Amino acid sequence: MKKEYVYRAFERFWHWTQAALIIFLGVSGFEIHGSLHFFGYENAVHYHNIAAISFLILIAFAIFWHLTTGEWRQYIPTWKNLRAQAEYYIFGIFRNAPHPTKKTVLSKLNPLQKIVYAGLKVLVIPVMVITGLLYMFYRYPQKYEVLSLNIKNLEAIAILHTVGAFLLVAFFIMHLYLITTGQTVTSNLKAMITGYEELEGEPHEKKKYPEVNEPVLSK
Amino acid sequence: MKKIFFALLLLGASIGLVLTALHKNSTESTPLSELRKQYSQKTKPSVDHSLFPQLKKKFTKPQQVTAACISCHNGRTEEVMHSTHWNWERLEYIKGKGIRAIGKRNILNNFCIGIAGSEKSCTRCHVGYGYANTAAYFTDSLNVDCLACHDNSGTYMKANEKAGMPDTSVNLNFVAQHVGKPTRTDCGACHFFGGGGNNVKHGDLEMALFDPSRNVDVHMASDGADMQCVDCHTAQKHQMLGKMYSVSSMNRNRVQCETCHGSMPHTDNVLNDHTLKVACQTCHIPVYAKVNPTKLFWDWSQAGRLKDGKPFEEKDSNGTDVYMSIKGAFVWGKNVKPDYLWFNGTASHYLVGDAIDPSKMVKINTLYGSYDDPDAKIYPVKIHRGKQIYDAQYHYLIQPKLFSDKPGDGGYWGDFNWNRAAEEGMKKINLPYSGKYGFVETEMYWPVNHMISPKEQTVSCTECHTRENGRLANLNGFYLPGRDYNASVELFGKGILLLTLVGIILHGGARIVVRRKRSKMISNSKAETISAKSKGAK
Repeated sequence: MKKEYVYRAFERFWHWTQAALIIFLGVSGFEIHGSLHFFGYENAVHYHNIAAISFLILIAFAIFWHLTTGEWRQYIPTWKNLRAQAEYYIFGIFRNAPHPTKKTVLSKLNPLQKIVYAGLKVLVIPVMVITGLLYMFYRYPQKYEVLSLNIKNLEAIAILHTVGAFLLVAFFIMHLYLITTGQTVTSNLKAMITGYEELEGEPHEKKKYPEVNEPVLSK
Repeated sequence: MKKIFFALLLLGASIGLVLTALHKNSTESTPLSELRKQYSQKTKPSVDHSLFPQLKKKFTKPQQVTAACISCHNGRTEEVMHSTHWNWERLEYIKGKGIRAIGKRNILNNFCIGIAGSEKSCTRCHVGYGYANTAAYFTDSLNVDCLACHDNSGTYMKANEKAGMPDTSVNLNFVAQHVGKPTRTDCGACHFFGGGGNNVKHGDLEMALFDPSRNVDVHMASDGADMQCVDCHTAQKHQMLGKMYSVSSMNRNRVQCETCHGSMPHTDNVLNDHTLKVACQTCHIPVYAKVNPTKLFWDWSQAGRLKDGKPFEEKDSNGTDVYMSIKGAFVWGKNVKPDYLWFNGTASHYLVGDAIDPSKMVKINTLYGSYDDPDAKIYPVKIHRGKQIYDAQYHYLIQPKLFSDKPGDGGYWGDFNWNRAAEEGMKKINLPYSGKYGFVETEMYWPVNHMISPKEQTVSCTECHTRENGRLANLNGFYLPGRDYNASVELFGKGILLLTLVGIILHGGARIVVRRKRSKMISNSKAETISAKSKGAK
């Protein structure tokens, strides 16, 4: 066992800001949707718009960071060990079995995480961003402008945005639970706060990027 | 720690930046403050009419006043004679019916129904002296009543049932010497009492507007801008701006809030986005009939009940007529929330002789518009419902003669005989009457435009953006955030949330149970080893 610097400063900043924004967008968004009353409707709309723009700025920085550091490779989905990982959550975890994939600095995510996070990044978040922008800037049927840009009805946009929101809430709840399934109940949480985590095996050599799609098998 | 601090700082700074970018500078001079300045300057007339010798000569006939007026203001009566105030009709295009001359002269409503046969009474509000439905009357410029609109003395009034002649109590010389721009008192004398009483017709035009508070109307408030009707209903050559869709059908000559306030009047862009599809009045007139009630339902079929052979009236606890033998039964409303419609500025009308289906509600006027219509916005309307007389054989609405000069002339208000009233009234409009009548349900739509509330009382977001019983609950064909949702998406969403939670509880519970068992086993085995050791030690 070796204490490793797993989550770098920007990564942690990105994670927690994103967490705060998503919670905030969720609460204000579901108020606009009519599901709950918290900020007051007018405030909810304004806050939601401001948080949405903040989120876009954060996304821009995050994309830049992922590309320049090569960290985006962490999210490439793999079939390898997917079944083993699923079986671990269904059976192994109750038998005190070891994690089927070893967490290393170069491969932080298990196969299930890779699939779910990649799904969020390429599907749910883009859908939310696009429908959100359309929601903000869509034009009612009107004259004197480019007619083909008119969106006849908000319904499809709103419904897609709502579906994405439900998925994100489900993810958020699941995520909160799954962080308790690390080495200890709080080890994942601590790691995301401090950046350091106790990992199995030798300390990694710095500035070397992970082998794509090859998580290390544990015995 | 340092890094976290800097991270938070960066987050705060970026959110701050966005906030300032979104927030507009509120200290800049707004069009509204400019408007306030403009309308706070009250103009004084440039001449004193009381000094003119022409107006000191004793007037014995009102027509002499008109002659005196046009001796200086020559040509002005000609302008009036081209106006709707004089003609009581104008050419309008009606979809499916073509270009028709419509107006008070020939359009039916579900209040006092129509003027035919009752001219003597109705034309008290005609801008002329001694109304007669003849070319001779309409072409004589001396019949134009200048004083009805231009009296600034507050003493002019027209007599009851004298076809527009002034009341005998009026000192014509005094009034003629005190003329000027029309005031709310002049306009209101007729427009506040349409339908035979205060606030009967419009709901948003009533005598409270002679001297309104800010809460009743921000523009006309005596203690505020004190604007007069003609400040918005401006006129060129006596052609007034503005019209009502009870008697007109085309999208022209309308008074628009935007003329002064612009189409983006709010500092908040989300609110400005609304102006594309929501009329100003929709949010800024939360209720109408704020001071006195307005009629919402008029049941003519109840009319004609007599006590000891004589007509009577019944009032409710507020002193409002709820029954009159001459008119039937009424339902009134005060502080009424408007109904809402998509409206593009064009309307259709029931024209005399149009066929009806007596088993269905008859729309006296129809306001056109839908969400998909680029010209349409959501407007507040007063819906007036009625039950009125129709020809049970020919299936069209009947114009009854109501007003009665002398017994036996057929006027319903004298004889209480629907057959006679229908006969006489229909004769006037040259349509046959079968001799069989019934009562049919009718509806009329009156856009609500006045009684703008102070901004603090504006309709709030959640009065429309709400799941249940919102103001726009009946408007369909579009997605309204906060009101609308897709039931299956809602079910799917709640379903996956429930599944997730149940899964977590089961999985987490199982983990806790397993862990407890394991730690018990470990402690048991430890205890066994210890006890074994201690036994061994013994």
